[in-house]
Amino acid sequence: MELNNSKSKRITWWQRNQVKISPWIFLAPGLIFFSIYVIAPIFVSIGISFYQWDGLSPSMYVGLQNYIELLDDEYFYISLWNNLKWLIFFMLAVPIGLGLAIFLNQIVFGIRLIKSLFFFPFVISQVVIGLIFTWFYQPNYGVIAPFLNLIGLEGFSILANENTATYGIIFAGLYPQIAYCLILYLTGLNNINPEQIEAGRMDGAKGFHLFWNIVLPQLRHATFLAVVVTVIGALRSFDMVAIMTQGGPYGYSNVLAYYMFEQALSEYGYRMGYGSAIATVLFTIMMFYILFFIYRMYRNEREDNN
Amino acid sequence: MFPTPIHQRPIVNQYIYKIFLPISLIIWLIPIFGILMTSIRGLGDITAGNMWGTPSEFLLFSNLHDVFTNTPMIKYTLNSFKVTIPTMLGAVALSCMTGFALANYKFRTNLIIFFIFIAGNFVPFQILMIPVRDLTFKIGLYNTITGLVLFHVAFQTGFCTLFMRNFIKALPQELIEAARMDGASEFRIFWKIILPLTRPAIAALCVLIFTFIWNDYFWATVLIQGDHAMPITAGLKSLNGQWITAYHLLSTGSIVAAIPPVIMFFLMQKHFIAGLTLGATKG
Repeated sequence: MELNNSKSKRITWWQRNQVKISPWIFLAPGLIFFSIYVIAPIFVSIGISFYQWDGLSPSMYVGLQNYIELLDDEYFYISLWNNLKWLIFFMLAVPIGLGLAIFLNQIVFGIRLIKSLFFFPFVISQVVIGLIFTWFYQPNYGVIAPFLNLIGLEGFSILANENTATYGIIFAGLYPQIAYCLILYLTGLNNINPEQIEAGRMDGAKGFHLFWNIVLPQLRHATFLAVVVTVIGALRSFDMVAIMTQGGPYGYSNVLAYYMFEQALSEYGYRMGYGSAIATVLFTIMMFYILFFIYRMYRNEREDNN
Repeated sequence: MFPTPIHQRPIVNQYIYKIFLPISLIIWLIPIFGILMTSIRGLGDITAGNMWGTPSEFLLFSNLHDVFTNTPMIKYTLNSFKVTIPTMLGAVALSCMTGFALANYKFRTNLIIFFIFIAGNFVPFQILMIPVRDLTFKIGLYNTITGLVLFHVAFQTGFCTLFMRNFIKALPQELIEAARMDGASEFRIFWKIILPLTRPAIAALCVLIFTFIWNDYFWATVLIQGDHAMPITAGLKSLNGQWITAYHLLSTGSIVAAIPPVIMFFLMQKHFIAGLTLGATKG
């Protein structure tokens, strides 16, 4: 009797508490891993930005010195400005992706295969895309060379010109990004409520009016995702720059992500502190978008619960 | 349906559409055709500037042979698989658990932890670069595949948790309640009820993570230095430096690098799209 009692008590203890303890057991591996490799490094990096450090010898606290230097660094401003160009022109992927999605949202023979082939560039590595476009842009034996000759720009190198290099890279970057937005919008169009469209048509809505007032609002979710991934993509742009120009000529196609890498880890020296300061600036810019995204998710969560 | 289905339009429009569709596809794929065409050419065509004309020789196999025997391409490809597959398994395993925990239990810090996973997933890599490289050095895993995998698993857990949590949250709660009533333990619920139901989500995450990691370039350059552990993206970049104008080899190498994610995509397209749209698809 006694024994039985204590046993049942133990079971009740576990039963009473397992719902409380289980989530932490399930969370532990992922959360610990994520904290070590993602969360903690953010704070460590911000910390390093107040030091002068070459990665080997002892680091030296320099306060805001790295940030003060940034304010005077011409290349920092060029990179920042280029990031802005990226943000603006990369956004073209959203309307172009939407346009293509509307164009392709039909049922004709072979459309499934055609859609898949349109998605294609998104699946391929940016390294490959960057290499292809670099080759396209080659002034003498590149693919667009004949066209350049046609308009009298013989031997013009898009990627070696300080005024055009960034646009050349952004154009290449748009290729997979448009495909990404296309995927999001095709799914969105697929999920549209057909009754509302029909009701709109009954009321005489047509063409652009129908699109703007009835279709577009229903694509809100797709638009939101497309904008978020495009902004993040623009600010994260690294691969393309690294492959196509390495920031050149003379830093004129640099972006913050690549400039940071160059300062911290390349032949130009190992300026970890300065690199961290650049990364912190980039992180701060990105944080606005991240917080916006999280705010939206938070609102959705609250709506779901009410 | 929007736009109006084409078969409800005048016959002329239908024909115009059917003509324009393949034309637009060809224009869209010009860059891809470019490398496909170039990969079958020889050096002669390249130096003669014959980029779009008929190839004067069909040398795809000889180019492939060149790429595989004269460069460490086989090694790079193998390395890419060695990085990609463990990452895929690791991140999916961890996020099944975190996703289940966050979807299923109410506790005070639930949403905060969820948002930390999401926020971490979006941070610029550069803010992690120095500490992660340092940490990898300290635990003696710099320049190893394991070191790269560990980071990838941790980072991808953010995105995977977001996806899994939302997926599990959308499952019917009655199933779990009923099992609890029957006295099933929490682990049993996870293993016997939740896991089988998340199969589509697991498939979606597997394809996505495979593509993301296969195509990663940044971390491969930050954490790997030698050919012995270098994945194909970084390998291709370093070969690019050696090949300079050997575009036929560069194209062949690019195709080799692109094939695995492309196959993955075509085989699992539905799951891939479901993953990208965070599950916003009805099929």
